[in-house]
Amino acid sequence: MELGDIIIKFILVVIIFAISLVVAMYSTYAERKIAAFFQDRIGPNRAGPWGLLQPLCDGAKMFLKEEIIPTNASAFLFIAGPSLAILTACLGSAVIPWGQNIQIGSRVVELQVADINVGVLYIFGVVSLGVYGVMIGGWASNNKYSLLGAIRAASQNISYEISMGLSIIALLMLTGTLSLRELAAQQHDWHWNVLRQPLGFLLFIVCAFAETNRTPFDLPECETELVGGYHTEYSSMKLGFYLFAEYINMFISSAVMATLYWGGYNYPGMDWVLVHTGPTIGPLIGVIVLFAKIFLFIFFFMWVRWTIPRFRYDQLMDLGWKVLIPLAIANIVLTGLISNYL
Amino acid sequence: MESLSNKRKLIESKPLNFWERAYLPAIISGLSITMKHFFRKPVTISYPEEKREFSENFRGMHSLKRDENGKERCTACGLCALSCPAEAITMTAAERQKGEEHLYREEKYAAVYEINMLRCIFCGLCEEACPKEAIYLDGDIVPADYLRKDFIYGKDKLVEAPLNQ
Repeated sequence: MELGDIIIKFILVVIIFAISLVVAMYSTYAERKIAAFFQDRIGPNRAGPWGLLQPLCDGAKMFLKEEIIPTNASAFLFIAGPSLAILTACLGSAVIPWGQNIQIGSRVVELQVADINVGVLYIFGVVSLGVYGVMIGGWASNNKYSLLGAIRAASQNISYEISMGLSIIALLMLTGTLSLRELAAQQHDWHWNVLRQPLGFLLFIVCAFAETNRTPFDLPECETELVGGYHTEYSSMKLGFYLFAEYINMFISSAVMATLYWGGYNYPGMDWVLVHTGPTIGPLIGVIVLFAKIFLFIFFFMWVRWTIPRFRYDQLMDLGWKVLIPLAIANIVLTGLISNYL
Repeated sequence: MESLSNKRKLIESKPLNFWERAYLPAIISGLSITMKHFFRKPVTISYPEEKREFSENFRGMHSLKRDENGKERCTACGLCALSCPAEAITMTAAERQKGEEHLYREEKYAAVYEINMLRCIFCGLCEEACPKEAIYLDGDIVPADYLRKDFIYGKDKLVEAPLNQ
């Protein structure tokens, strides 16, 4: 790898990092605004035009709040928890293909940080690491509400990871690759995987809700029962990190869903557009399409949050173990039968 | 057992059918309901900029009235203070001096007239009790403040602005 490539990768990493932070920041604003619209309200509108500076004010507030570490908390783990949470949230973006190869000047740039051939496995590894941030934070707080929230998070994530993995297996049987780049490339034009795997996608999105701890699976936080769940004892920017991690997770899982099932950067008629706009603008349109899909998914996350009440814990486990896993296995069997005999 | 009243109602709890257990149709109909609200006009009134219209008989901040010549109507008879259930009104009476005829209508007037807005319950009994039609609760909402002492409104805040000025 020559120096120029390294510099380009570095720039790409910085850009993706910045974008995911900005998206997470404005997701908090979008969440409040969308919640307001769903409830016939206006939402934040005082800071800047339409309240657009609200996330900055919230961030400044988070930084200026007092840092509190409870006396009986384990200080090292207490700090390690949120750091780990945000770290694992950011890691996932490394393997997502953001677009086709783009030509800048005479150089062809890959819009993906790392094209590893086990991209899907990598995503799963990072996602399952995510539970440690919550678990460590909840444990280190030395508070029963935090611990309960952390235990809920751990068991919920572990349960739903199984059906998530199984729902992916059916997809991988059809595509025959674990590389996200190839997965995206295979869905060229309109051959999106959701058309071949509707049940798989349904299972995946339900599991994605559970993995990101979003309503109706937000039992780890569960304001009404557990005060704040695993982050009850957290204040200042450490709390901010947890909240941020949730929104980055949402962004990354939306990106993964778009890439795996909804064609990634592909859209109908993309070849025609590519020929007519050239090798620089064409792929950029693909990137915009991918982001449009991501934002639609983020909107869907929020839409569901303000519609559906939270599951009871036993219902959550019932759904995970008795419904989703059998369905996922049936999906694998069906996919196998259909791809062999049809 | 014989029922004590005829209000008892038997509730039938049928087991959920397949579509109800599948949960998805219910979620979709819920999502469509929230989406309907998404495009509805917000009901919010941004208060300090926009105000909801008050009703005809809204009782807000008190004002001490002047008569058609701009003289203060209040004669410090004390009936308002007597009628006040919250004991929010106090006053000190004084005699009108020579040369003050253009200020006060009667020979006696209120030198000090104070209403404690934290005590006042805005019942309007003072305006009913007043024989001189001197006090009315026709003002705006009493504004917020930081100190308790600042809620005791004196004549500077209560008396109507003089005429032609």
